[in-house]
Amino acid sequence: MLLPLTKMKNGEEGYVQEITGGDELKNRLAALGLRISLKVAKVSGLFLGPITVRVGQTQIAIGHGMAGKIILEVQR
Amino acid sequence: MRKILLIGNPNVGKSAVFSRLTGLQVVTSNYPGTTVEFRKGYMLLGTEKVEVIDVPGTYTLEPTCKAEEVTCDILKAATKEALKTGDVVINVVDATNLERNLYLTLELMELKIPVIVALNMWDDTKHRGIHLDLNQLAEWLGVPVVPTVAVTGEGFARLIGQIYKAKPPKVRKHTRDERWEDIGRIIGLAQRLEHRHHTFLEWLQDLTIKPETGLPFAGLIALVAFFVIRFIGESLIGYLADPFFDYLWAPVLHSLSNLMGNGGLLHDILIGNLIAGRIDYVQSFGVLSTALYVEFAMVLPYIIAFYLVIGLLEDSGYLPRLAVLMDNLMHNIGLHGFAIVPTLLSFGCNVPGILATRVLESKRERFIASTLISIGIPCAALQAMIIGLLGKHGIFPLLIVYGTLALTWLALGMILNRLTPGFSPELLLEIPPYRFPPAPILLRKTWWRIREFITEALPLIIIGVLVVNLLYRLNIFDAIANVTAPVVSGLFGLPKEAIVAIVIGFLRKDVAVGMLVPLALSVKQLIVASVVLATFFPCIATFVIFIRELGIVDMLKATAIMLATSLTVGGLLNFILSRF
Repeated sequence: MLLPLTKMKNGEEGYVQEITGGDELKNRLAALGLRISLKVAKVSGLFLGPITVRVGQTQIAIGHGMAGKIILEVQR
Repeated sequence: MRKILLIGNPNVGKSAVFSRLTGLQVVTSNYPGTTVEFRKGYMLLGTEKVEVIDVPGTYTLEPTCKAEEVTCDILKAATKEALKTGDVVINVVDATNLERNLYLTLELMELKIPVIVALNMWDDTKHRGIHLDLNQLAEWLGVPVVPTVAVTGEGFARLIGQIYKAKPPKVRKHTRDERWEDIGRIIGLAQRLEHRHHTFLEWLQDLTIKPETGLPFAGLIALVAFFVIRFIGESLIGYLADPFFDYLWAPVLHSLSNLMGNGGLLHDILIGNLIAGRIDYVQSFGVLSTALYVEFAMVLPYIIAFYLVIGLLEDSGYLPRLAVLMDNLMHNIGLHGFAIVPTLLSFGCNVPGILATRVLESKRERFIASTLISIGIPCAALQAMIIGLLGKHGIFPLLIVYGTLALTWLALGMILNRLTPGFSPELLLEIPPYRFPPAPILLRKTWWRIREFITEALPLIIIGVLVVNLLYRLNIFDAIANVTAPVVSGLFGLPKEAIVAIVIGFLRKDVAVGMLVPLALSVKQLIVASVVLATFFPCIATFVIFIRELGIVDMLKATAIMLATSLTVGGLLNFILSRF
């Protein structure tokens, strides 16, 4: 099922399907290594705080607003 | 002169490579954005002297948001300007994070400049189960690839040997997608990941970033840090500094004093006033007595302790995790979590703290963060003196001082957030893995910072003591004290002479606190005076860096805010404490 990163559970994994909200965000995330079709694991996130994910060898913390624009395919 | 540019992603160890190549002493840490300036140094290649330039880290040469445009433009311009025939780029790459790092490598190659890839942190790949095929990598890229470990120096002889073998690659301009496709191919050929179980450090990484466990852990770290700093500081004072000044230096000064007939202008300037016939290191106020004692026996021990602890936190990679945990709180004051890093550095000295606000994206954030730092964050020198003076009366008065400053910082931040135009972006931050660099690196960094403190603070402390003596002799302080008496006595409840300390605080805050001693203040007055000194005009060094970094207009705005804050908080505190 498709979920924004904010709705995923901690520890869950998914594949990035779409990044809504324009090229700027897409490029910033790509520069940090987060791109369409890559596997992403959510490490943590609480309430409206930033969300930490693991992509490949990197951990990235993403502000809540931006995280809501990252849509992933998650197996549940 | 030919040049070598060091370019790479943030936090890949460019500054460590720079240090290695040039022998220059630069501060390195384990978080993105330690280097905020272009730095130049020189090295000898055979007999030829070449310039080495350390560039702030970047993920790409194209700006990915408004805030990055400036950095990218500077970088591109500098690269084009700097690179003439014979110049070379060393692209420093995190070997444990090849995929992401290669994007910049490809962009650099498209500029058609000679590139050498330094695969830094090579030693880490082994622990992390990452196998890289160097031949495949070098062949695909068509540029020299050298594994290096900048903190130990491994691989540097080979790196230097490759410098002038590099030739400009002939690569056409690619689109973003094409670059990522290429990277996918290279990684497929040259990198193999071994599947392994979680290590202890990885477990700790997750534990410290999850709010549920991370926040209590952060509180624990803060407590431990506070006690370790006090323990180291007090031990250095009790076992080293005080014995030296009491048993070795005091006899020297007393003989000198006798030699000068226990009085006179020169005596008063060098030794100061004798209190009951003896030198009192805090009250005498001579250049050789109080100035040296304050700097070396009261302040320096805490500076050493502080920089050891903060250095360890910086190098370990803990600070970016703290930034994530603090993000929610910091948004209330118009900043995102990473602003906690410059703020923490400011507890040592406001100057590097304000400089470090360059990692924040917008001018608005830099203004808010810098203003809050200069008002609400007491530097180590000031704290050492406050602890020295107030600590005798137990922990409670200290708690009031720190609590008031913290509340002021928070309340003012919330006000500035409402009133400052512009917007503050969200947090987007790479979290580096925990690393524990060898102890000599930490000790060396601490030593540079201590030396910098001594060379910068000592002249100012001496000037401060001289100025105080001069103004006393000319009776200028009496005139000032009478003019400011309504505020100092009326509002703050301090003796009118306390204005002297507030004025001198502009030069050095530690000397200023020392000047409170002869006034024999009550505990309540000491608390109010400490808070006023902390929030009032920052010292001259902070002032200068504020103007340099944010301009004269913003500095004037900040000054007005400081005055208003200091008057309000000092007056309120006096009012409240008088009720008890």
